[in-house]
Amino acid sequence: MVAPLNEAHELMLDGNAAAGILYEIFGEEMTASPIECGGCGREGELGSLLAFAPAPGLVLRCPACEQVILRIVQTPDHVYLDARGAVHLRLARQAA
Amino acid sequence: MSERFVSRGFVGKRQVAAPGGRVPPGQHAVDDFPVLSAGPTPRTTLEKWTFSLEGELDTPVRWSWEEFQGLPAQDFTVDIHCVTKWTKLDTRWWGVSVDSLLEHVQPGPNAGFVTAYCDGGYTTNLPLPDLLNGQGFIAYGYDGRPLAPEHGGPARLVVPHLYFWKSAKWVRGLRFMEKDKRGFWESAGYHRRGDPWKEERYAGD
Amino acid sequence: MLNRALEWQIASVSAIQAETARTKTFTLSLPAWVRHLPGQHYDLRLTAEDGYQAQRSYSIASEPERPGQVDLTVERLPDGEVSGYLHDVLVPGDRLEVRGPIGGYFVWEVSRGGPLLLVAGGSGVVPLMSMLRHRMAVGSSVPARLLYSSRTPEDVIYADELKSLQEGGDGLEVIHTFTRSQPAGWTGYTRRIDAAMLKEISTPLGGKTQVFICGPTLLVEGAADGLVAAGLAPGSIKTERFGPSGGSA
Repeated sequence: MVAPLNEAHELMLDGNAAAGILYEIFGEEMTASPIECGGCGREGELGSLLAFAPAPGLVLRCPACEQVILRIVQTPDHVYLDARGAVHLRLARQAA
Repeated sequence: MSERFVSRGFVGKRQVAAPGGRVPPGQHAVDDFPVLSAGPTPRTTLEKWTFSLEGELDTPVRWSWEEFQGLPAQDFTVDIHCVTKWTKLDTRWWGVSVDSLLEHVQPGPNAGFVTAYCDGGYTTNLPLPDLLNGQGFIAYGYDGRPLAPEHGGPARLVVPHLYFWKSAKWVRGLRFMEKDKRGFWESAGYHRRGDPWKEERYAGD
Repeated sequence: MLNRALEWQIASVSAIQAETARTKTFTLSLPAWVRHLPGQHYDLRLTAEDGYQAQRSYSIASEPERPGQVDLTVERLPDGEVSGYLHDVLVPGDRLEVRGPIGGYFVWEVSRGGPLLLVAGGSGVVPLMSMLRHRMAVGSSVPARLLYSSRTPEDVIYADELKSLQEGGDGLEVIHTFTRSQPAGWTGYTRRIDAAMLKEISTPLGGKTQVFICGPTLLVEGAADGLVAAGLAPGSIKTERFGPSGGSA
């Protein structure tokens, strides 16, 4: 019965709203990750993406062309992540 | 048994009393009309606005705003249920039923599904029968006034017997299809059909 | 499986301080305190008896140099479900469920150097205050300017503290602009932040300035555009958009 992710972050209107859930998914801080928009090619940190709230899920869009870059939906049992709008996601590897 | 932490004195949103049987499981009735959106509010002018029926049909059809206003429209008052758990009772709309629109076209014999597509790129999918027999409308009036942009104006789909993410805002057309193609939220974990009385919120429910 | 590194903990409220008519600072003692970076936030979650939950994120206002505690400054929103509870119900001694610190994009610490330009609209000043308090706590004299837009002088959060930080003479300048009403005898800015104002303020700091802008979306976008127009590299500007979204109509 948790309030939906976006309602939880209705006060944060950019990628910073995804910090908590992305940390849970990837095990590392993602908002400083560089993200390239698959639509217009704009490069910037994930934290700078626009978030639209509230919604049934978290949607992050490119500030330049407004294309959807990430969608995150939390259900009671799962997290759905669609990152097709990004050219890629980049994660740091742990040092050996 | 572990104890869950409870915040002293927190009761959450004020819930409106609702007559029995009108609020689906897991929902609570509210007084206001929350605005939820997956993107910026589109601002299509009425001069540019059109509404189309296309896909598996005899012939596609497209109306301009003026032409659409000339179609028979009606007042309808319905309860609406958002998957984010709020329900609003007795919402009053004005619009054209999908039944009326279908007097202008003949869907193909295998056209079992519809995708509603919208300004801003949003889509949602429905079985065609869920739009018929007074269950689906293209609404352009709300509460006695033109539908506001934040709530989907100029016009939105209204299908009150399903969760309200199916009532696509800023709708520009219905595409008739043989195969069900999941829309914006359906392809990201939400249920294909979304019946609030069966709590069909998520894929796999 | 989801990563469990970010766990919820039960903090206790050790103090509540009114800052302005609409904002209060909540000092929380954290059993699992971890040093944060200025600019980060905590998630806060309220749970009702029937299991209903509401969750919000609040920027940390305090410096990391205060172990065991964080300050969260929260504006009370009309009809705010969580901010209403914090302002109207919570008392010192109560407990709150929190998770954090969170965030890696909108952060600054002295080791990242400067000069530093901070631009705030309304309660957007909160994460920037963490940066300024940290800068003061480590005795840094990195050149820094805060441009802070408020409607009236009564809306300025941390007014006295900002004044004394500036008077400390360590190279911090605080520039206010008041868009609705001004203090008697005010000779400073009396309009919304615009490109001309930003050019005046940023030019003396030079091209290597790191910029942090926080506030309502329109202010943030306008300020970012204005600073790029004034010659700053887009990559040197970090933004955090705040404030209630569309809400209900």
